[in-house]
Amino acid sequence: MGLRKPPLHTIHADRDASFTEFGGWEMPVEFDSIRTEHAAVRESAGLFDVSHMGEIRVSGPDAATLLGRLTTNDLSEIDPGETQYACITDEAGIILDDTMIFRLPDEGDPVYLFVPNAGHDAEMYTRWIEYRDEWGLDATVHNATEEWAMLALQGPDAPDLAAEATDGATRDIDRFDTAFLDVAGVRSFASRTGYTGEDGFEFLVPWDEAETVWSAFDCQPCGLGARDTLRLEMGFLLSGQDFDPEDEPRTPYEAGVGWTVDLDTEFVGRDALEAVEREGVDQRFRGVVLQQRGVPRHGYEVVDADGEHLGHLTSGTMSPTLGEPIGLGYLSEQAPPGTRVRVMVRGEPKQANVVTPPFIDK
Amino acid sequence: MSFDVPADRRYLESHEWTTADGETVRIGITDFAQDELGDVVFVELPAAGDEVTNDEEFGVVESIKAVSDLVSPVSGTVTAVNEALFDAPELVNEDPYGEGWMIEVEPSSEDAFDDLLSADEYRDQIE
Repeated sequence: MGLRKPPLHTIHADRDASFTEFGGWEMPVEFDSIRTEHAAVRESAGLFDVSHMGEIRVSGPDAATLLGRLTTNDLSEIDPGETQYACITDEAGIILDDTMIFRLPDEGDPVYLFVPNAGHDAEMYTRWIEYRDEWGLDATVHNATEEWAMLALQGPDAPDLAAEATDGATRDIDRFDTAFLDVAGVRSFASRTGYTGEDGFEFLVPWDEAETVWSAFDCQPCGLGARDTLRLEMGFLLSGQDFDPEDEPRTPYEAGVGWTVDLDTEFVGRDALEAVEREGVDQRFRGVVLQQRGVPRHGYEVVDADGEHLGHLTSGTMSPTLGEPIGLGYLSEQAPPGTRVRVMVRGEPKQANVVTPPFIDK
Repeated sequence: MSFDVPADRRYLESHEWTTADGETVRIGITDFAQDELGDVVFVELPAAGDEVTNDEEFGVVESIKAVSDLVSPVSGTVTAVNEALFDAPELVNEDPYGEGWMIEVEPSSEDAFDDLLSADEYRDQIE
């Protein structure tokens, strides 16, 4: 099967980007250098093509019921134009994916767009259709992944850059809110959200008009490499790596996103999660900061001073902001924040401290 | 994009270079290799006095996005290690054939360079 390509693939190639396969998509991983791109987002602004993210539209009289029963949060909390982060869990409470839900500005029945991670759009579309039919709900589910390009403008200068390109329209959007507006004359959907810890916007843009919007922002283009180091510094989960139903099956409580679970609502996985909440978890998603030279990586084991197993890392990097080696992973409740542990780097134990992410102040 | 491939070095297919004259040789990674790796953040090198063997791993270089073994172009004894890289691994990106060198080795055999690639042969491989 060939890789899916974002609409700006040729533009990125002409800009000498290097590419990587991610979730079935061929995406730009690096334009200049991860360090340069990372610093731009922390200090000024950076622009990401994240068109590999899925978009699934749920509408109709039972849209709220269907979406609410397939996600862990309380969907009734969000009004038109607002957003919500939630997990999608199976019957056992294991996270299948995490997602941002947009409730579109609407009149009448609510309309939602939710954003599964790269490569999960077809699976989630099918899941929604099957449950809708099983429950006999009246809702329309549409996979719009290849109708919308998604561009993320992030960094302290992002609000000004966005305002310039939208004739000031983005000034009226508060954090975690959304609006339809024109970006460089292209009708788009803007959400004041992101995956970097910085202020900024994510724009959904018609697939064929992505180039106009991409070109409307005069700032550093950024690839998935910097996106990963930025989210790692914030301790944000990466689907398929920090949790994965096959390779890293975790509940939201283990993954540090128990706050997305509202047990007062009905959803697939609720009963299992109620039991987990009552009984507690054995391991939790934590951060580690190495005190010795080395780079923590996915899969590295974490042990105590006696070499006893405490858990393993699911992500890691050299933090460009801190200049320190940081990692994320699942550690025993015996190793709470403040504990000195050892990360096994190619057979060598490296001293590390357990911390609660984020690693930087934001 | 065009990469620097100095004519006065010999190369391995795995993108290490070595100088090829004098009693000791210097070893590092190529311009192409540093560009592929991206921002180098860590190198693990042997200590002076350690033995290295040609075509075998002698250390590790890590960038933000990747981990790569370092393979020795020659066999011999390590006489010096570029300790500057421990605090400034970015030298590998900035000056891969100069200040970004990794180890110096006293080769154990005089015909140690026969199987290595010339600059032209290495350039053909990466282009």
